[in-house]
Amino acid sequence: MSLLDNGRILGRSAASTEGTSLAQRLHVDVPLLIGLLLLSGLGLVVLYSASGQDMDVIMREALRLALAFSVMLVVAQVTPDTIENWSPWLFALGLILLLAVLVLGDIGKGAQRWLDLGLFRFQPSEIMKLAVPMMIAWYLADSTLPPNRLRVLAAIAFILVPTLLIAKQPDLGTALLVGSAGAFVLLFAGIRWRVVIAGLVLLAASAPLAWHFMHDYQRQRVLTFLNPENDPLGAGYHIIQSTIAIGSGGLFGKGWLNGTQSHLDFLPERKTDFIFAVFSEEFGFLGVMLLLTLYLFVIGRGLYIATQAQDTYSRLVAGSITLTFFVYVFVNIGMVSGLLPVVGLPLPLVSYGGTSMVTLMAGFGILMSIHTHRKLLAT
Amino acid sequence: MARQKHTALKDHLRELMLFQRRTIAAVALTIILSVVLIGRMVYLQIINHAHYTTLSHNNRVNIVPIAPTRGLIYDRNGVLLAENVPSYSLEIVPERVPNLAQTLKGLRKLIDISDDDIDRFKKMVKRTRRFEGVPLRFRLTDKEVARFAVNRYRFPGVDIEASLTRHYPLGRLAAHVVGYVGRINEEELRKVDASNYSGTSHIGKVGVERSYESVLHGEVGYQQVETNAQGRVLRVLERTPPTPGKNLYLNIDIKMQAIAERAFGDNDGSLVAIDPKTGAVLALVSMPSYDPNVFVNGLDAKTYKKLSTSPDRPLFNRAIRGQYPPGSTSKPFTALAGLELGVIKPTDEIFCPGYYQIEGDDRKYRDWKKWGHGHVDLHKAIVQSCDVYFYELAQNLGIDRLHDYLYRFGFGRKTGIDLQGELPGLMPSRAWKRRTQHLPWFPGETLITGIGQGFELATPLQLANITATLADQGHRMQPHVVYAEQNPDSNAMQVIPPHLLGTIAKVRQSDWDNVIHDMHDVVHSIHGTARRISHNLKYTIAGKTGTAQVFGMKQDEEYVEEDIAKKLRDHALFIGFAPVKDPKIAVAVIVEHGGGGGSVAAPIARQVMDYYLLESPEANHVATGQRPNSGTQRGQH
Repeated sequence: MSLLDNGRILGRSAASTEGTSLAQRLHVDVPLLIGLLLLSGLGLVVLYSASGQDMDVIMREALRLALAFSVMLVVAQVTPDTIENWSPWLFALGLILLLAVLVLGDIGKGAQRWLDLGLFRFQPSEIMKLAVPMMIAWYLADSTLPPNRLRVLAAIAFILVPTLLIAKQPDLGTALLVGSAGAFVLLFAGIRWRVVIAGLVLLAASAPLAWHFMHDYQRQRVLTFLNPENDPLGAGYHIIQSTIAIGSGGLFGKGWLNGTQSHLDFLPERKTDFIFAVFSEEFGFLGVMLLLTLYLFVIGRGLYIATQAQDTYSRLVAGSITLTFFVYVFVNIGMVSGLLPVVGLPLPLVSYGGTSMVTLMAGFGILMSIHTHRKLLAT
Repeated sequence: MARQKHTALKDHLRELMLFQRRTIAAVALTIILSVVLIGRMVYLQIINHAHYTTLSHNNRVNIVPIAPTRGLIYDRNGVLLAENVPSYSLEIVPERVPNLAQTLKGLRKLIDISDDDIDRFKKMVKRTRRFEGVPLRFRLTDKEVARFAVNRYRFPGVDIEASLTRHYPLGRLAAHVVGYVGRINEEELRKVDASNYSGTSHIGKVGVERSYESVLHGEVGYQQVETNAQGRVLRVLERTPPTPGKNLYLNIDIKMQAIAERAFGDNDGSLVAIDPKTGAVLALVSMPSYDPNVFVNGLDAKTYKKLSTSPDRPLFNRAIRGQYPPGSTSKPFTALAGLELGVIKPTDEIFCPGYYQIEGDDRKYRDWKKWGHGHVDLHKAIVQSCDVYFYELAQNLGIDRLHDYLYRFGFGRKTGIDLQGELPGLMPSRAWKRRTQHLPWFPGETLITGIGQGFELATPLQLANITATLADQGHRMQPHVVYAEQNPDSNAMQVIPPHLLGTIAKVRQSDWDNVIHDMHDVVHSIHGTARRISHNLKYTIAGKTGTAQVFGMKQDEEYVEEDIAKKLRDHALFIGFAPVKDPKIAVAVIVEHGGGGGSVAAPIARQVMDYYLLESPEANHVATGQRPNSGTQRGQH
């Protein structure tokens, strides 16, 4: 299938304007929706086991999912033009809130992340997960691609400021997501590979500097990752236990509700960040393959939507949101299986709780909006 | 979109091509990273599956806490008061037991296990994680250990655990000071760092064991062990040793404590001896005592009921919690108040007809001597304990000044001793009565406060400390039971420095001298109320006797008929210090229902002083220090 098959796009769009499909009128992308629903369903199944068969937990999670899917549907109704026009304002709002957190933020969980708005508490860094790629895409779409040197530098500044503010909170996981979401836009915008490689080298070189600014517990995590046996009672214990859980799952797994590691309190955070260990212990290698397939299907669909988008802004945003979703999956599975240091990132749509789910689904709402608002191309 | 109209279509196509190439790169990156994840899964779940299965199933890695060794407790001369002895307990890991009910039934045939044990075990099972051992029986005999060892194969998940148990080799001697440990309850667990107590089953409940819990306990250690399917430890992978608790050396001289406890005979009561210069508590007696060893591993309901309902209340620490009217022992302090505030002069005389009357009031406040003491000055008032003299003195001082002055000495306030549960006694005042009883103060109440009766209450510890303050002429030291902490590894001693609570300032030297001289004559003159203890005395004592009227009979009406006669008798009190010129020891004694202070309480104090000043390791030092100022006694040697 050619990505430039304009005739096909024209044909499909023409058909939709006649209002035949309900999905089209609701601005829903059916394949993407099916992928997300399957993942969420699988998530509830594992959560039932990980929570010790607690129906309360399942109900709360189902409610949260319903809310997140509703947000997705609402966002999908907004046209990509409107979303594009909102981008700089959302970014500015996010930046102001981040600074507000810095100045008067609540101390939540030992880190300054929350802003108390009277009615509810709210995490401004969540906004940035979407606002940063939107901002960079808005900024770069203004001129022809690939962007010139000045624009790249400006874009990097737009990425670094919120990322560093979030890292300072300290919320390494979110900072990583926000930073990479912005970087992905640059990547899709076509900056030279030379620059990409130079950036990666620079990042690696700045590691000692980052070490200097890290909190003790963050250093501990890195040290533990480098040598988990070093601290078998503390952080290393988590990694040792989760690799044992994954490894003992084998090809077919121990069966649903039969994971011994996870049910004997060996596994920490087994409902949230470490739920993948429960999944792989109970469903084995085959289960993991199924899960990965579902994730890759969603990612594939997202990239497809990006290539089908009709303007630069939509393409860049769709591509970045999709790849960021992959970062979620990769970092979470990587950390639970001992490939990466422990940063607090949930397994998307499967881990229990987390305010990040709403942001995640809003992102998919943008994807759906981009795909379902395509117009006939002017000839 | 408006902005894009400026862009040429050619550029648009170029951009699209560029984006397409980048998307292909993104897909490639995604695939590569996914392959990395899949590779990791293959490595963990397929290649090393057997290894992890072993780790997960057959050989679980457990983190086992190692309880620190509890610090030992010694007396001031190094006599062991609390030690740890090895003992064996029967432990069950519930997770590894196929059928718990059947296992318990089988074990009961082998080993003596009571219903209480079963109940406690079942309660604990609910609290602990299923793969952790829960003790079922403590202190197995050698026979029981052997019997179980032979049958062990029949009981998977059940094992014998060797551990250290607290033991008090001297039993009931000084039990109220040392206290005891018992099994931790949930409330206590909430108050301590739970992870530090993860390997500990016992915690200090009373006495020094409780107040120095954090010092004695130490820091928990851990070991990572590999266990087999039955939960037996196969090998230790790694070990972080625990830090043992510190040893304690008490100020208590256990020999003196024993002499004091023996001196009480069958009487109930209390004695506290303090070094006036440092506040060191040399002896702290509360009679009757109890055997602390029965509390260590839980006592059965019957024994506990017997201990807690006994009319003698052996578990009640009279020394710090018993509040008694100080009676005449408060007179020297009332006298000091009168002298310092200029209300009396030592030579002022009053006439004692055997009673006292307030003007305009018919009521007669009686002296203990029916026919009166005749003409009485301060010296005679203290030596013979004339009540009328002190009625008049109190009347002239007024309750407010009397309260303020005695409060300064420590009446009605806690001493801050390093034992928990101390009660403050009571020094009444106008404000106190209004606050607690909503009643005005009556003049007669001032009179009886002048002789230490009425509302006024003091603990034996308080009386001893107040006496020590008098002996040291105004320096209030904080009484201290513990002398030093010792690091068990390096044997380094960390002495707890004496703590000055305050100074009774602005008392004229002549006033101290007068009152102390009068107290000297309580013992050493032929009219003194404690004269009988001066017989063959090799040093000098300044003292004061007292009797306290017993009240509260109404509350204790269950007493058996023939006991009442004794229970109606007054409490006998004595306070004193020695040697007079260079005090080394201050003592307060209360003998419940003992009768006369001079005949019953004072001899107990003398036995303690005799030991401390003549026989104890300190005696040599004391004797040389004392010789220059006791010329008259030297002739008796």
